[in-house]
Amino acid sequence: MENMLPNTSDGSVDGDHDSRREFLKHLLSGTATATVLMVFGPGVSKVSASHNQPRQGYNIQTEHEFAYVIDVNRCIGCGNCVRACARENAVPPGVFRTWVERYVVTNDGHVYVESPDGGREGFEEINAELRKAAKFSLTVPKMCNQCMDPPCVQVCPVGARFRTPEGFILVDNDHCLGCAYCVQACPYGATFINPVKKVSDKCTWCYHRVKKGKLPACVTVCPNKARLFGDLKDPESEVTKIFKEDKWMILKPAMDTVPYCFYVGLPREVI
Amino acid sequence: MELPHDALVNYVFPNNTRVWWSAMIVIYPYITGLIAGAFMVSTFYHVFKIKEFKPIANFSLVASLCFAFFAGVPLLVHLTQPQRAWEIYATPHFTSAMSIFGYVYTGYLLLLMLEIWIIYRPYFIRMANRTKGIMRPIWYALTLGVTTYHPESENVDRKVTGFLAGLGIPWACLLHGYVGFVFGSVKAIRWWATPLQPIIFLSSAVVSGMAMILVMYSFIMWRRREPYDFPMIRKLMISLWIAFVLDWALEMLDLVHVYYRRDIDWEEIGPLIRGPLFWTYVVGQIAITSFIPTILLGYTVLSRAWGKKLLYLANVCSFLLLAQVLLMRFNVVIGGQLISKSGRGFVDYEWDFLGKEGLFTMMAIFAAPFVVYYIISRFLPIFDGDMAERPGKASGHA
Repeated sequence: MENMLPNTSDGSVDGDHDSRREFLKHLLSGTATATVLMVFGPGVSKVSASHNQPRQGYNIQTEHEFAYVIDVNRCIGCGNCVRACARENAVPPGVFRTWVERYVVTNDGHVYVESPDGGREGFEEINAELRKAAKFSLTVPKMCNQCMDPPCVQVCPVGARFRTPEGFILVDNDHCLGCAYCVQACPYGATFINPVKKVSDKCTWCYHRVKKGKLPACVTVCPNKARLFGDLKDPESEVTKIFKEDKWMILKPAMDTVPYCFYVGLPREVI
Repeated sequence: MELPHDALVNYVFPNNTRVWWSAMIVIYPYITGLIAGAFMVSTFYHVFKIKEFKPIANFSLVASLCFAFFAGVPLLVHLTQPQRAWEIYATPHFTSAMSIFGYVYTGYLLLLMLEIWIIYRPYFIRMANRTKGIMRPIWYALTLGVTTYHPESENVDRKVTGFLAGLGIPWACLLHGYVGFVFGSVKAIRWWATPLQPIIFLSSAVVSGMAMILVMYSFIMWRRREPYDFPMIRKLMISLWIAFVLDWALEMLDLVHVYYRRDIDWEEIGPLIRGPLFWTYVVGQIAITSFIPTILLGYTVLSRAWGKKLLYLANVCSFLLLAQVLLMRFNVVIGGQLISKSGRGFVDYEWDFLGKEGLFTMMAIFAAPFVVYYIISRFLPIFDGDMAERPGKASGHA
């Protein structure tokens, strides 16, 4: 994979100040409107119950538009990705930049979900009773959705969290207060306070690797190509082909955050 | 345990196993509420000229300032990088509801200090002119070098005080209403996300402020063995009753609305209040500390209770309402985080006692305003009658 990101003068992650400033301007105006609508509108708790499709917001006018695809049917729940991520990003025990959940849906409509240690060491066999009642079982990797309209960025009181024009949500470790407002705002449970660094932390799609033309660590170790990563502006990219087929789904569409993490074969039981 | 979304076992997201906003974030809106509420009591006289509240107008203002000194402390303790707290002033990110806290809070603190300084200016001048020894430079500094006080000065000061008190009302509403917005605007947490949240926070702030003023007033008068001002207590109870009925109605409206809609919100909130929040919300907040004081306050107001009966009823109701508002803060702040974003389980809240954000720290922070009040009251005439008793009678216009 070639170097997909423009180099910044100092090589830092927040080098593109103009773009960032432009982006923040849009966020500011957007939020002002949203605030007015929230206060005088019908209410935030009614986030379109009938709205089961993502909004048509995927139209970024930048050179790159990175996306992540998770094919649930291909995931075998081995935990390679969780371990690779922890190694690559020095993720302390007890918190997770990515994790894998196992769903067992029974014939009577009940749902059994587990993720022991984030699925780091895979999963034990399903017990006989559950196996007997099961309609189907699958494993679902989860991570930061790198939303186009990220609530975590919106709520950060000092702007330590920001979205790069290529779609990576990053955290400025030297600026974060550790207030955990972003943790509350993320609908996907993807953000946490790093117990070692004492700042907000989450998956960055291995921005440091992508910047050097490599793939995210979790993608490289997936034995069954359940995790794909690429540039939607690249017509040859696998993610572009899947995106164009339009058979993908997203998590919690009612949250309207416009995620860039697309799922293939996602059952409706997955939240 | 009853679980939402047909869950067979309690499942919480791996990053969701603990409550990130704990006791410090419970006490933070509680203290800011007391600031706003106590200030409102002071405006009853300073702005609305209700004469029954004259004896406690300055007292309410000083009490409000004492709470204001410590409103930011729980936040500082909560931050994992408290040394960077100044960044909220230096690089506020205005899309965040939290970003204006620094300016709103500091502005309000300055307003309170300025109003109190103007009210006590004649006293500072009197003391600076009469006192000798080590205290003189301190009193002199408090006069800012102006050691004469004319009738015209009094007129100007009265107008400025009225203006500041008037300005303080919307500012107090902003200070506390926006605290509610910090929670109400988080769409990811169903228990928080309601546009009613700022109004509920504000009305409960007024309730807690009035109740705290009554409890403090009763305690101080009891300690000083001075007669109670029953007309004022009665008027305060009438105001408290009205404020609480409004507050409780809003709280219940929010709950009933979610229940009646029967949509996905209730799918998660129903099991929450029937399960992990049952004792603190249903029993504590609704049955004991809301229902009982509503009845008792109604009886107090309608029965025209007087004397000791009024005093006891007023204090019982105020204590219950202080507990109600504290429980409300707890149930909102902690309760919202108990619903895992997995949608299929509840997070365990573990009480911390001696830790950084434990109950001991919480109680220490909450005790601090009372200590500061005690110190201030050693030097300033807080109640209306105190001015006459102090050496070198000063003509405060409060």
